[in-house]
Amino acid sequence: MHSDRAPLALKIAAAAGLAFMHLPILLIFVYAFTTEDKSYQWPPPGFTTKWIGVTWERPDVWEALSLSLKVAAISTGIALVLGTLCAAAVSRTRFFGREVVSLLVILPIALPGIITGISLRSAFHLADIPFSFWTIVLGHATFCVVVVYNNAVARFRRTSGSLIEASMDLGADGFQTFRYVILPNIATALLAGGMLAFALSFDEVIVTTFTAGQQQTLPIWMLEELVRPRERPVTNVVAMMVALVTLLPILGAYYLTRGTDTVAGQGK
Amino acid sequence: MTAAVRFSGVSRHYGDVRAVDDVDLSIAEGEFFAMLGPSGSGKTTCLRLIAGFEQPTAGEVSIFGESAHGVPPYRRHVNTVFQDYALFPHLNVIDNVSYGPMIAGTPKAERHRAAEDALEMVALPGYGSRKPSELSGGQRQRVALARALINRPRVLLLDEPLGALDLKLREQMQEELKALQRKLGITFVFVTHDQGEALSMADRVAVFNAGKIVQIGAPEDVYYRPEVPFVADFVGSSNVLPPHLVAKVTGQWRHGALRPEAVRLGDAGLGADGLHATVHSTAFLGAATRVSLDLEDLSMVALLPKGARIPQPGEQVHVSWAAEDLHMMEATE
Amino acid sequence: MSEHAIDPGRRGILPALSDLLWRNPRLVILLLLGPPALWLGIVYLGALFALLAQSFFSIDEFSGLIQYEFTLKTYRELFTPANFDIILRTVVMAASVTIAAAIVAFPIAYYAARYARGKWKALFYLGVMLPLWSSYLVKVYSWKLILAKEGILNWLFETLHLSWLLNAYLAIPVVGGNSLSVSATGTFLVFLYVWLPFMVLPIQAALERVPASMLEASGDLGATPGQTFRHVLLPLALPGVIAGSIFTFSLTLGDYIIPQIVGTSRRFIGQAVYAYQGTAGNIPLAAAFAVVPIVIMAIYLWAAKRMGAFDAL
Repeated sequence: MHSDRAPLALKIAAAAGLAFMHLPILLIFVYAFTTEDKSYQWPPPGFTTKWIGVTWERPDVWEALSLSLKVAAISTGIALVLGTLCAAAVSRTRFFGREVVSLLVILPIALPGIITGISLRSAFHLADIPFSFWTIVLGHATFCVVVVYNNAVARFRRTSGSLIEASMDLGADGFQTFRYVILPNIATALLAGGMLAFALSFDEVIVTTFTAGQQQTLPIWMLEELVRPRERPVTNVVAMMVALVTLLPILGAYYLTRGTDTVAGQGK
Repeated sequence: MTAAVRFSGVSRHYGDVRAVDDVDLSIAEGEFFAMLGPSGSGKTTCLRLIAGFEQPTAGEVSIFGESAHGVPPYRRHVNTVFQDYALFPHLNVIDNVSYGPMIAGTPKAERHRAAEDALEMVALPGYGSRKPSELSGGQRQRVALARALINRPRVLLLDEPLGALDLKLREQMQEELKALQRKLGITFVFVTHDQGEALSMADRVAVFNAGKIVQIGAPEDVYYRPEVPFVADFVGSSNVLPPHLVAKVTGQWRHGALRPEAVRLGDAGLGADGLHATVHSTAFLGAATRVSLDLEDLSMVALLPKGARIPQPGEQVHVSWAAEDLHMMEATE
Repeated sequence: MSEHAIDPGRRGILPALSDLLWRNPRLVILLLLGPPALWLGIVYLGALFALLAQSFFSIDEFSGLIQYEFTLKTYRELFTPANFDIILRTVVMAASVTIAAAIVAFPIAYYAARYARGKWKALFYLGVMLPLWSSYLVKVYSWKLILAKEGILNWLFETLHLSWLLNAYLAIPVVGGNSLSVSATGTFLVFLYVWLPFMVLPIQAALERVPASMLEASGDLGATPGQTFRHVLLPLALPGVIAGSIFTFSLTLGDYIIPQIVGTSRRFIGQAVYAYQGTAGNIPLAAAFAVVPIVIMAIYLWAAKRMGAFDAL
């Protein structure tokens, strides 16, 4: 019998790896409260909540935030529809070319973001489409589809086909079956996929730089600050805010799919 | 009288695969009908053709005299108990059972009352608020039964409903299903690969092989009077004697079926012109002893009653039987 | 019984439509696939092919205008020493990040798959998912804080009286530099940090499929834990490592923000694409550069598929 105790070296390596993944982000939360405003001095000479107030008063931050939220909300909506349709089609039947569909959905995220970005930019240029809110949404929705698709496909796979047959057998037509059986069974997966898509869109910077024109989403605003720092403390606070805003949907998605798709393979 | 279910020249092909191949079938109203066969023999596809989950490639299925051509499952007064039960995981037991009435627009109080009655009928009263995941296999099976019966179907289809249950529970459910069917008078169509189950429950049995019905009849007929070697072997576990052996004894060039308990073993010196076999192995079964024999290329089984002399492995024995015990089948498969 | 065995069907548009769809399963597929296929197939693939097509055009050196004639001239430009240097640097970086990520990720994945149970398992899972999904820019920013001259890493070396060690390391050519934040090592650390979670999850998925009894069987047959690791565990985890490496490799190849913020001034492929399409206005060369990661990834994916890596995705 193997022992269920891990070797010490393994424990240390695993713990060190996890620490490496988490400590840097925690640092963001410390810096958001530092009194130092000219450099990234460590340890911080003192702590203050003053910069949160300063950030609160900044109209450019508010504008960027509201644009990011709007883009994320609409892109998520589009991705939910397209991703669910794709997942339903792929899981419903074995049809010719379903592999192609899977590949097509994954491609925008499998290829480096810069390629997606520059492709869209040159396509807008060729088609004489001016940059706008909608060009940003178009790019975001394209790579958000895959997140919804992955979540939905996993859930469709677990929802056995005989449930749909059982519903039809008991007198429900296609639409009633969707309303009373399919939707309740995939709802949490869709919600989880939608939340992740939202987080992905809210955070996206690479594709956005190519599709945004003059408008600034919050990540674009941050990127500007990173390349040419103007007011470091405000950037620190915005970084913390972004970390928090993306954290919530991730945790939400985790709790929604807990014990179903995600921790698969447990309890074998 | 109109047949409850009738197949006229029904085929279901998937590309080159002939899952169901030109089947004619008539199931009478109120009958307990079993479709028996090994997996892949087409019996489940036939069930799905009745339910409406599949469409025939050729031929026609009619239910109580009405053509089911192009009729989706939700417009057929036929309900199914699925092999995996297919209970809705997001609904509790009472909502599972009252799903049919809910779709039909029955008010909540009324359909819940009906569901309680249905649960009572399958001996699960008071289980309404549980989730399917909290039930045992046997209980899920009963819920699936109640859910299918609440709509008062004209035909109830059961797809290997007892397959997942353990032996004792299966025997108990066999009794209950039989009693339920008599009480309700609904036509039951039952798919199974277990010949014991088919024989003990059904009024009539259709034996499937390779997409075709090879024999159809009462359990005793199928068991004692197989028409083709496949039925003799699959249903009765009979010894199928090839024509050249049968010809040696009877002079007729036909396949013969010989039940193991009808095989007589004698001293090798007997009847020089008879059949001789070598004992391969023996197994004590309690009430009888099973002797496996090698007769030329043929493996045979004899079941010897208590008290008979049991030959040793390797021993040469003389094989015989009473003339009336050899059942003659068609000349060729 | 007077009741019909077959319903004539409810009246109305929806029930009629439902019947129609039920009789035509292909129509359902068509309706389901239509919108996403239009979006991804036309908008996305169309844009991608339009870009790739431009890599076969060239730019007039004097006028700066794009000449719409088929030529391989632009591709030849990729192999000039300066450009080839960029490609080589990026591929070497992507490869080292991938190898390092596999080494760091393995213990985490192994512990999570094999020893963590119940609550701990969930915690490990979240522990990988959170950094995976949290903001890319915030993650990069945190390293700008860490690697800064006055930042926590330098402070740590000073407090431990190890500054000489850091300086000695920074004196090494190629990997070193004036400070960590402007060295190739700095770029490497940020890449490793940002893409590490993408390596942990596939390895964990692959390891969870290895039944514990298989490891016991190996031990039972006389293998030392080291031998079991080498001959049983590692081969079985390899598809997971390869699946993870697809992410780390591809993401590093195409990134242009990390090397811009942390590292030397030497360019990576992503930066080259960005610069050529932007200020330089040389779309054909930018497109040709964009083809490089696609080709490298295509070769990589083809090799990975042959090794069965996609089963672990």
